[in-house]
Amino acid sequence: MKSSVITFPGSNCDRDMDVALKKFGFKNKMVWHADAELPKSDLVVLPGGFSYGDYLRCGSMASKSKIMHSVINFANSGGMVMGICNGFQILVETGLVPGVLLRNKYLEFICKNVFVKINDKKNKYFKNVNNDVLEFHIAHNEGNYFCTNDQLKEIEDNNQIAINYCDENGKIEDQFNPNGSIKNIAGIFNKEKNVLGMMPHPERMIDASLSGEDGSLFFKNLINNLK
Amino acid sequence: MKISVIITLKKDVLDPQGKVIHQTLDGMGFNDVNEVRQGKYFEIDTKETDNDKAKAKVEEMCKKLLANLVIENYKIIDPK
Repeated sequence: MKSSVITFPGSNCDRDMDVALKKFGFKNKMVWHADAELPKSDLVVLPGGFSYGDYLRCGSMASKSKIMHSVINFANSGGMVMGICNGFQILVETGLVPGVLLRNKYLEFICKNVFVKINDKKNKYFKNVNNDVLEFHIAHNEGNYFCTNDQLKEIEDNNQIAINYCDENGKIEDQFNPNGSIKNIAGIFNKEKNVLGMMPHPERMIDASLSGEDGSLFFKNLINNLK
Repeated sequence: MKISVIITLKKDVLDPQGKVIHQTLDGMGFNDVNEVRQGKYFEIDTKETDNDKAKAKVEEMCKKLLANLVIENYKIIDPK
């Protein structure tokens, strides 16, 4: 399976993602934002970081960069595109997934482990993941998911919520919402579910001695689903 | 020609920065403030000399980049 990780000026989780993808069998290529063409890919990842210094709005400038024309075309023709953290912010700015990510409710940069509950498994990202709850890491200042009431209705009608913040038992409540996101939303799909944006970092959970292995579960499963 | 744009958050979008500024103003003794909403201001210097054309271009810029219409409104100030 071939993957591509896009590096924008200010990306800083691109190499972590490269390590994670390779560890679980992807042949990964790093792609510079100013390139026009995507290499042949089964998966494209927009990594975390602070693209363009988060100027104007997080992800806004990166969403207009040259490579994004190819990424958007790839996504619109059914290609798998995953945006993590800043990558999620870039995805919402392209309009590939609905909504926006606002400043965290209590104005704090949040850096900690969280639990997320998988809301939908009828997609290539989470199909066959045995666990319903995963422990991932978040590190963001703007992860407060917001959308209009009309968008929320559409998102719920199409079952586009991917994961919600919860406790270790999968209970989705306000007290387990780290950043003020509507409905504890931590990740969301496009309608067709080939595009996934999420704030948590699975690539930071791939080593039992350093972190945890729920990211390993995610990537092992993902590559199998793509085969 | 210079055109100015003001971007503000829509009414029902939470503005935690505005809230903190409000609290700080309160603490400083400015007790009669009802609410503070923070926004952005841009000055765009364009080669275009026709007023209407310049405004139309800036409007396009607002829609495509400067504002995110899910959460923000934009207001173009008439060039003087």
